[in-house]
Amino acid sequence: MRVTFTVNGRPQEADDVWEGESLLYVLRERMGLPGSKNACEQGECGSCTVRLDGVPVCSCLVAAGQVQGRRVDTVEGLAGEDGELSAIQQAFVDAGAVQCGFCTPGLLVAADELLEHNPSPSDGDIREALSGNLCRCTGYEKILDAVRLAAARTGQGV
Amino acid sequence: MKPFAYRRADDVAAAVALLSQDRHAVFLGGGTNLVDHLRLGVATPDTLVDVSRLPLDRIEELPGGGLRVGATVRNSDLAADPLVRQRYPVLSQALLSGASGQLRNAATTAGNLLQRTRCVYFQDVTTACNKRDPGSGCSALGGYQRYHAILGASPECTATHPSDMAVAMAALDAVVQVVGPDGERAVPIGDFHRLPGDRPHHDTVLGHGDLVTAVDLPPLPETVRSRYRKVRDRASYAFALVSVAAALDVRDGVVADVRIALGGVAHKPWRASLAEQELRGAPATEDSFRRAAEAELAAAQPVDGNAFKVPLARNTLVATLRELTGGTPR
Ligand SMILES: Cc1cc2nc3c(=O)[nH]c(=O)nc-3n(C[C@H](O)[C@H](O)[C@H](O)COP(=O)(O)OP(=O)(O)OC[C@H]3O[C@@H](n4cnc5c(N)ncnc54)[C@H](O)[C@@H]3O)c2cc1C
Ligand code: FES
Ligand code: FES
Repeated sequence: MRVTFTVNGRPQEADDVWEGESLLYVLRERMGLPGSKNACEQGECGSCTVRLDGVPVCSCLVAAGQVQGRRVDTVEGLAGEDGELSAIQQAFVDAGAVQCGFCTPGLLVAADELLEHNPSPSDGDIREALSGNLCRCTGYEKILDAVRLAAARTGQGV
Repeated sequence: MKPFAYRRADDVAAAVALLSQDRHAVFLGGGTNLVDHLRLGVATPDTLVDVSRLPLDRIEELPGGGLRVGATVRNSDLAADPLVRQRYPVLSQALLSGASGQLRNAATTAGNLLQRTRCVYFQDVTTACNKRDPGSGCSALGGYQRYHAILGASPECTATHPSDMAVAMAALDAVVQVVGPDGERAVPIGDFHRLPGDRPHHDTVLGHGDLVTAVDLPPLPETVRSRYRKVRDRASYAFALVSVAAALDVRDGVVADVRIALGGVAHKPWRASLAEQELRGAPATEDSFRRAAEAELAAAQPVDGNAFKVPLARNTLVATLRELTGGTPR
């Protein structure tokens, strides 16, 4: 089947998509966007998180046909055209929130969305918003630091 | 994964017709349970009929103060709806206690009601399971039963229903609206999910081609307070070991009305009618709450792996009712 949808603002088309493919597979294997990671493929870990019509979802559990005509935003869309990192990305770097990096793309997408609708989240808000994203390396403290840092910087208009 | 076709239904009639034509077609909602099952080989349909974009995504007021929740309303939208939060806090709390933000954003009302058990044997196609493969046996008997039933199980199946939302809806006396090959019908939620008996492969009373279109929530009197309490192995993002949905109306220190449903204890959301009977007209005290919980759980048949659920359910029920009698209304 053919699937047409918008990825990071650009219309995209994928041909000969097999019905059993997930959105994650289409992004990684057909669109050259390997930022979204494939870890559990069961909705448990959040490393495949993308935004579908604006809201974060696990792209591993979205059947390819379901995205027809819809808008998808991936981690690749966070940085500017010139490669300049977004506030949340820069904060992850500065806070040392990345170790192996496998969970990072999903966390960035989820944290970016959190800060968009809740610019000064409480620690409870951050924990809850990121509870669907598992990290096996950091112990989460630095990740929380990064989100707090991005919130503080954005709040100051930096 | 077994190959299958993908069709998107444009309206309710077309969705029902597509399934009626094909014994091996299934509806697809948000996909958060079904896509997983396709990959695991637990579900092997030959066609997916995508109903997630049917125009059933509204929450409407019903005459008399109830709400009609469309089948494709996302779990996160339902939890955040101002009328739901105001009138049915138990439902909003139940939804927010389930899964993760990503999953709630994709999951639909109907898909949540119809999600299948998380029994590890059901999800593992290399093991025997009467629910997945009728007649093959039940690996949970004598196996890992931490998440399994203490009420209403059968020698064929001891799985539990995993939904938090459905437990709240059971306490609220919700009514499931269905359109099927033979027309429309309304099924009270208490009759919607089944006990396993000797047909554990049927989770609900729906037949092939029956489409859930909405769930109606009847009005609650102003004086009723409601709450959902979920106990799990970690603070967030885990299925319930035991949960309690309760709506309580206390007047002059006496229980005027109460509805209670338990999650994590049975093959369906367990309406605690015995506890309710015990409580109606009784003083709203810790003593009554305990007696009611004990009345309900007298019939429990735990096994070694889940015996802890009996005191856990009792204490959680007492604590929920205690909470509902203190603090500010609603
Ligand atoms: C990691 C993880 C953690 C989770 N934790 C929790 C939790 O703590 N609490 C909880 O309650 N849930 C939890 N869930 C389950 C989640 O709530 C369900 O997967 C979700 O609600 C299913 O909704 P869906 O729309 O995605 O359904 P789908 O996966 O699309 O479908 C589920 C079933 O419903 C049927 N169906 C869908 N729509 C209709 C319709 N309109 N009419 C008739 N049949 C229909 C499908 O055929 C399928 O059999 C978790 C899931 C995952 C993956
Ligand atoms: S890969 Fe999708 S949630 Fe883990
Ligand atoms: S940095 Fe390795 S999983 Fe999070």
